[in-house]
Amino acid sequence: MSEAIVDVDELSRTFVVHRRVGATRRRRRTEVKAVRNLSFRIQRGEMVGYIGPNGAGKSTTIKMLTGILVPTSGRLRVAGVNPSTDRLRLARQIGVVFGQRTTLWWDLPLRDSFALLRRIYDISTDRYRHNLGTLTELLDLTDLLDVPVRQLSLGQRMRGDIAAALLHDPKILYLDEPTIGLDIVSKARLREFLRRINSAQDVTVLLTTHDLVDIEQLCKRVMVIDSGRLVYDGSLNDLQSVGGASRTLVVDLAEPTEPLRVEGADVTRVDGPRQWLRFPADASAAPLVADIAARYALADLSIHEPAIEDVITRLYEHERPSRA
Amino acid sequence: MISRLMLYAVVAKLSFQRFSTYRAATAAGVFTNTVFGVIISYTYIALWRQHPMLGGYDQADALTYAWLGQSLLMTVALFGGGFQDELAERVRKGDIAIDLYRPVHVQTWWLVADLGRAAFQLLARGIPPTLFGAFLFHLRFPSSPLTWIWFLVSVFLAVLVSFGYRYLVALSAFWLVDSRGVDYLVGVSAMFMSGMTLPIVVFPGWLAGVAHGLPFAATIQAPIDVFLGVHTGADLAASMAVQAGWAAVLLAVGHVVTGLATRKVVVAGG
Amino acid sequence: MVDPVLSAVREYCLLAWMWIRSSMVYRTSFVTMAVGQFLITMLDFLAILVMFSNVEVLGGFGLGQVAFLYGVSGFCLGAADLLVGNVERLGRRIRDGSLDAMLIRPVPTLIQVCADEFQLRRVGRLAQACMVLGLGSTTAGIDWSPGDAGLLALTLLSGTAIFCSVFIVFASFQFITQDASEVANAFTYGGNTLTQYPLTIFPKEIIKAVTFIIPLAFVNWYPCLHILGRPDPLDLPGWTQFVSPLVATVSAAVTGCVWRLGIRNYRSTGS
Repeated sequence: MSEAIVDVDELSRTFVVHRRVGATRRRRRTEVKAVRNLSFRIQRGEMVGYIGPNGAGKSTTIKMLTGILVPTSGRLRVAGVNPSTDRLRLARQIGVVFGQRTTLWWDLPLRDSFALLRRIYDISTDRYRHNLGTLTELLDLTDLLDVPVRQLSLGQRMRGDIAAALLHDPKILYLDEPTIGLDIVSKARLREFLRRINSAQDVTVLLTTHDLVDIEQLCKRVMVIDSGRLVYDGSLNDLQSVGGASRTLVVDLAEPTEPLRVEGADVTRVDGPRQWLRFPADASAAPLVADIAARYALADLSIHEPAIEDVITRLYEHERPSRA
Repeated sequence: MISRLMLYAVVAKLSFQRFSTYRAATAAGVFTNTVFGVIISYTYIALWRQHPMLGGYDQADALTYAWLGQSLLMTVALFGGGFQDELAERVRKGDIAIDLYRPVHVQTWWLVADLGRAAFQLLARGIPPTLFGAFLFHLRFPSSPLTWIWFLVSVFLAVLVSFGYRYLVALSAFWLVDSRGVDYLVGVSAMFMSGMTLPIVVFPGWLAGVAHGLPFAATIQAPIDVFLGVHTGADLAASMAVQAGWAAVLLAVGHVVTGLATRKVVVAGG
Repeated sequence: MVDPVLSAVREYCLLAWMWIRSSMVYRTSFVTMAVGQFLITMLDFLAILVMFSNVEVLGGFGLGQVAFLYGVSGFCLGAADLLVGNVERLGRRIRDGSLDAMLIRPVPTLIQVCADEFQLRRVGRLAQACMVLGLGSTTAGIDWSPGDAGLLALTLLSGTAIFCSVFIVFASFQFITQDASEVANAFTYGGNTLTQYPLTIFPKEIIKAVTFIIPLAFVNWYPCLHILGRPDPLDLPGWTQFVSPLVATVSAAVTGCVWRLGIRNYRSTGS
């Protein structure tokens, strides 16, 4: 059995929070268990999705995997190294993209940021030239190299961050909410890029996201974390069938009508001319739309993807009783 | 008119409250002021031992000068700590366009906010160092309550003068690519020419002349001299008139420059 | 033991050089800023000149000798500010997440924190200190010997190291709280202001404090006492005037521990 590139065993992280409680404003020390007994393994070359509601512990997990945060208990090995004790050695093997913050230098042109990183990671001239060329082409950065990072749009900056994370040929790439705030076109291009580097260059990818479509498009395997616990680790298809998730079709009719009667969908809410219809996530919306459009005057419609919270709630409903 | 005044009162009050939340920073600042106060005190003791009655001060005057200087440092925002960084940042980012289109005069807005800040810092960073100094050394306090009142008036005028030139420096961001250089230059010049580094009364004649030709002297030397009772009667009135004069000139220029800046924004489209 | 230190120095120099090159793009701006800094720090020395326009001696020391003390202290602070001055931005880095970005890179965090945004223009202040030092060296009535010159060179290095330690140790407090960062100024710039003057003007308690508690007196005072041929107000044994390098080494070791403790604390508690 080959050694997993990420090996996590009973990983836990507790935070001590001081809150001022009550009328007397005394400081009370509470312990927040951000991550509880997390265990999983990731093999070389996998692309794994890591999802969960806000505050579930996704960012905390990434911080521990990268060595920024030290676990409270448990065993952790990444690329054969313990991130808590060998952070500097691990650093060469990993690349990280923080969704909301940039790792680039704000006031410098993109080119200078890359040059600095070259020094920091001690990348050979040939390797650097090759990687920079490939990455700028694949991520469409050629025209942006001389632009200061602060003047880049969110999507451009994200691409810059990804290039920065891959410049030194890391074995593992962590992406913390990379598609947040991007428009649809940018998201699609980003996903295409990730697919390519995962298959062509064997880069192991761990992707945390709030967007289930990211997972759908990219990851065969998904881990779901909720309140610090890993509640699911398997394929996305199974997740959706276990979760029994449904999507919502929101239709704006030309005028307020009685709740629609449509095969394959239930009306969950009516508000004037707007109606919310729930239908199974794995079913196509097309027949529904055609059916409604044929029988009613439609002004507008939109489809809402299942919220992660829904998926997880459903997950718990299917939980075995032995799980406490 | 009344509602406008109420608005300004609220702005000042909010500014005061905002600065009062920086408790740790204020405490740290008082500590730093005290350390510098001690160092400068011993320097002055050595200086005045060699040359008693230097500049017309005796040792108690000199030590009082040192501690009052440290106490007033933040009130008149001699080296940063005021609004100018915020304002310059707004200009650089372009947010200032919003402010200029509002029906409230930009200069008055920032002036009132700065007065709120100055009031807080006079209390929080002004009083403690003076008390420390009084505890450690023999200082001279005014004998007459009237002197205290004149002192407060003088400090008020000093803040106006300080606002006046800091406002102009901040507005330079409209025309200069990087106003931080000007800000630094003015800050350091102010440290010396206000009498903060050394009392102006100790300067050689020609240098004192230069100092009195600049507005900075009105921010530190002037109010401290009032405190020490150096000026009385007509001299006192004259000294405060000079402060008021500088304030008036700087605020007037600020008003004009604000107009120019507004026009620049409107013409250039923000 | 030597190898990680050498590689750390190398990494620092490479990063700093990148920043220098980056700032050279705006060459005129760099020159004006550096010259500006030089002139501005001259104002600081102007205060000393004004003092001496009124007196002959201060604490028993003449202008030339004070200039010498001032020059050594100013040089050491200027060099320390140039090399590690950016460490005081630690609080800001924690707040905006750029410290995390540094933690995931294969270069020691302290090196990155100090080298990042390296500002060569701070050399303007250093140049001013050199000028005053030159002035002091020639007018202080020193009977220069090769030994004195060697001691001066060693003092400049040691003093810089001591100031670097003070910068870093006090910046480390920002791992715990970022609000009280101004306290550091009392020791860095305050320390510089204090050591500009002959320590004879201060009461014995203060001289003891800057000798035994925070060893700022070893930046310039003790070695300069030897070079200037002046007696020690505390009457300490003669070898005190030669141990600045030892004090610097001990300070550096302490600083390394404090910094590592700070990083460990940050990684254990999160931000």
